[in-house]
Amino acid sequence: MRRVVITGAGTLNPLGADVPATFAAMQQGRCAIGPLTCRDVDRLSIQIGAEIRNFTPEDHFARNSLSLLDRFTQIALISARQAMAQSGLVIDDALGLRAGVILGTAGGGNTTVDDNYHTVYAEGKNRVHPFVVPRLMHNAAASHVSMEFGLKGPGYTVSTACASGNHAMGQAFHMVRGGGADVMLTGGSEAMLCFGGIKAWEGLRVMSRDTCRPFSRNRSGMVQGEGGAVFVFEDYDHARARGAEILAEVTGFGMSADAGDIVMPDRDGPVRAMRAALADAGTAPDAVDYVNAHGTGTAANDRTEAEALRIVMGAHADMVPVSSTKSMHGHLIGGTSAVELLACLMALRDGVIAPTVNFSEPDPEIGLDVVPNCARQARVDVVMSNAFAFGGLNAVLVLKRAP
Amino acid sequence: MGLDVMQENDFIAERVKAIIAEQALMEPSDITQDSHLADLGIDSLGLVECIFGIEEAFGISVPFNANTPDQPGFDISSVGAIIAEVEKLVARQAA
Repeated sequence: MRRVVITGAGTLNPLGADVPATFAAMQQGRCAIGPLTCRDVDRLSIQIGAEIRNFTPEDHFARNSLSLLDRFTQIALISARQAMAQSGLVIDDALGLRAGVILGTAGGGNTTVDDNYHTVYAEGKNRVHPFVVPRLMHNAAASHVSMEFGLKGPGYTVSTACASGNHAMGQAFHMVRGGGADVMLTGGSEAMLCFGGIKAWEGLRVMSRDTCRPFSRNRSGMVQGEGGAVFVFEDYDHARARGAEILAEVTGFGMSADAGDIVMPDRDGPVRAMRAALADAGTAPDAVDYVNAHGTGTAANDRTEAEALRIVMGAHADMVPVSSTKSMHGHLIGGTSAVELLACLMALRDGVIAPTVNFSEPDPEIGLDVVPNCARQARVDVVMSNAFAFGGLNAVLVLKRAP
Repeated sequence: MGLDVMQENDFIAERVKAIIAEQALMEPSDITQDSHLADLGIDSLGLVECIFGIEEAFGISVPFNANTPDQPGFDISSVGAIIAEVEKLVARQAA
């Protein structure tokens, strides 16, 4: 089987408008959670989130193309442009047929849906903009990325709630490894910090009103964010032949379904997904140097994830650094795994482990070295990145330092 | 009264040209009665955006179906033809 490497990365997320800015914020342990600015925020009981600030779509897209681009698509396109630029790839006719895109999103064009339901229900209008459907469809981002770069191979969207990004990247990994494509753009994006998006999440009573404190005893729930990241996954021989800089190697992917509860996390499903990913990578559990946790900051997830890590890693679970960067960028839902993979790249390339910020009180039920509040220097050769979605669908990636 | 109709129709023509110019990323003054949408770089998506803009601007419903663009219900063969169709729809609504 072929080896798969990452040769480009791009992002737009609450911590930064590109990868260097995001790394810098993660190293500073900056928390991007703040007051929400969406319509009717006074009618929300949850009024905090991690928004992308100072983003002007008109700076990135022609006026006549913006009417086709929901915010989640804009985020994906901007991320993909950065990733492609870094990769140095030139997509000619031949490579275009061997290149594709798989992106994750949970809500797709949620803001477009919200705006247009507002138009017809609240404003009572009987006419909507003609492009509501092409804006809101979950595959809009993947399609626009394929169009912008001429990626004519496999293209589709994966939607598995909070694991969408990891499922998408795992599929892209399989695609390149199995020979279905030589180059895949992959990652995820999400933009549902709109009234309807937040209002729906409020209903579950899992959202924090103050901030996101994963693994902290006084944790109070999850905080939503918006954003995403896109990577260039490439066949190792292809990348080497053209002299590309390799950021990391993707070595393993594991998936599982809890087949249990629609929202309550389960221990067994995540255990099986982590074990499958490590076995796929040929990596022993105690060889993992950093775990980017799912770490949502809910009472149930963090406890269950810690238990699952102990089952998989044994005594190593108390030694390996485990951090949740959701404490800084919020829970980007379908885009979150992609932004969290940036923390993995930073650990592998720069030897800096991103912290779990807002951590104020150890939880004896959890333990773990959660890299509290301050980034840490360490040599990291192997990372594991967890995503455990609502619906009990789990996806875990294992990466190694660039060969 | 004849003058009112003339002024109203001038207003319609200018609004329609402005809507089309917005889609074509041009100045309204560059749009003439004889202009064809395709020559202005307006594709099928641009056309439905123009029709949406016209419906919004005049509060009318334009009988246009993208599956049958040549149907007689709404002539889009030129900017002048579109303006004439809008004038008819506005007049019918006022009647």
